[in-house]
Amino acid sequence: MEKAACNPYPSKAMTRFYMAVVAVLAFTGFGQMPIFKRYYLADIPGLGWSANFFVTHAIHYIGASLLFFIIAYQITGYFMRGRHYYSLTRSGWARVIFLVGLVVTGIFRVLKNMPDIVFSPNFTMFIDFAHLGFAMLFLFSCLGFLLFHTGWCEEDATT
Amino acid sequence: MGKISRRSFIKGSIATAGAMGASAVPLPASAKGVGAGELATLIDIGKCIGCGACVEACRETNGRKFPEPKKPFPKMYPPRVRTADWSDKRDVDDRLTPYNWLFIQYATVNINGEETTLTVPRRCMHCTNPPCADLCPFGAARKLKNGITRIHPDICLGGAKCKMVCPWDIPERQTGVGPYLQVLPNFAGNGAMFKCDRCFDRIDQGLVPACIEACPEDVQTIGPRNEIIAAAHARAKEINGYIYGETENGGTNTLYVSPVPFEELNKALEKGPGMPHMEPVADSMALADNLGMALLLAPIAGIVAGFIKFTGFSKQKSSQDNKES
Ligand code: SF4
Ligand code: SF4
Ligand code: SF4
Repeated sequence: MEKAACNPYPSKAMTRFYMAVVAVLAFTGFGQMPIFKRYYLADIPGLGWSANFFVTHAIHYIGASLLFFIIAYQITGYFMRGRHYYSLTRSGWARVIFLVGLVVTGIFRVLKNMPDIVFSPNFTMFIDFAHLGFAMLFLFSCLGFLLFHTGWCEEDATT
Repeated sequence: MGKISRRSFIKGSIATAGAMGASAVPLPASAKGVGAGELATLIDIGKCIGCGACVEACRETNGRKFPEPKKPFPKMYPPRVRTADWSDKRDVDDRLTPYNWLFIQYATVNINGEETTLTVPRRCMHCTNPPCADLCPFGAARKLKNGITRIHPDICLGGAKCKMVCPWDIPERQTGVGPYLQVLPNFAGNGAMFKCDRCFDRIDQGLVPACIEACPEDVQTIGPRNEIIAAAHARAKEINGYIYGETENGGTNTLYVSPVPFEELNKALEKGPGMPHMEPVADSMALADNLGMALLLAPIAGIVAGFIKFTGFSKQKSSQDNKES
């Protein structure tokens, strides 16, 4: 393994960046529900903005853009090089499935918010609840995997 | 009190619904087969005599949709969360409440040197890109294809986010009703939100909204948005008037024509809780629309960055492979 030279395994910096983006998305995502004001979070000095739905919404979009960038970057890396070095663990696959669910429902939510795009009420509701559901599944699984130190990838024996 | 011209002006395809006076006025022919686009209404302020027939008709027609809360309300935590109870004040009709989705707002202005009190029917504007529906986390507030924005009382949890993001603070809360009672009534939700649903059920049956039908002065008309905009411009030209709603909040499906500038009208309007303003309103969703476009482009940037980076790896790897062999 020429790890130091050219291993395309996600770098530490990338992993930290990804975790920060997920944290921002989780915070601003929950901030879309009217709970931060009710539960005093927005009263904490410096967190007043968290009760402004337009602000948290904009940050959520920016966070989602960064997440999309990271996902596309890593997928490109995986198919160009990574698959020769490592494969996803089972917990990695679980996260991929939840992330795909989050991303797809998120895209539909973004489309819904565009002018001139109107989905049926039932589809809109399904998308809203599915996005929330995938977010819960993803975050709880991340917590579990963090506790049990289950990583995303494992190095292939062949490399 | 002076009165201003009440000439009927809509001709052609958009029917002056109230004039027909029948108990069930059909939608204008041009507004049927709604798929073609969104329906908008035009409110000609100068024609309104403030009789309140529209307000009464709305309450009668939609009374069965009004909340019937269970009391006592569940105790709210933290205790600073305030309940909203209009169930003992159902008669209030001079502002928006969960039991009054339309009210008449007064403004005394000067028209041609004559002091005139204008009466303005006010209700939800039915925005073309409504922040209340876009940002509702549960899909309870929804925009329909025919241009109606409606809050479903069986889904709404009453958190009032729709009201907070509405430029006109339109939706009104009633505690003690809705699905929050079945979930965590003490800790999440606080009732349901209520507002004009533009008589969606009547529109579904091919009828005009109750307030339009009841008006003796043909103040309101309904039709496809492009025709309503054209009619608003024609009327504004005719009376040297002004338009509100064509561009406010990115455009609404309720347009007003006023004989005085809206700046002047807004200053004179009685405003406060449940009594919305008529200020200029920028498009609330514009930033989200722009960020949304960026979001859809982000994966392309990721692929390009990945390609550049990992092409480098490939070269490094193959040169190493060559050395090793
Ligand atoms: S006026 Fe307010 S409540 Fe009505 S559609 Fe627009 S944002 Fe929603
Ligand atoms: S459109 Fe219907 S719900 Fe809205 S104000 Fe008129 S009568 Fe009331
Ligand atoms: S019924 Fe017509 S004239 Fe009477 S208050 Fe309503 S809009 Fe004005």
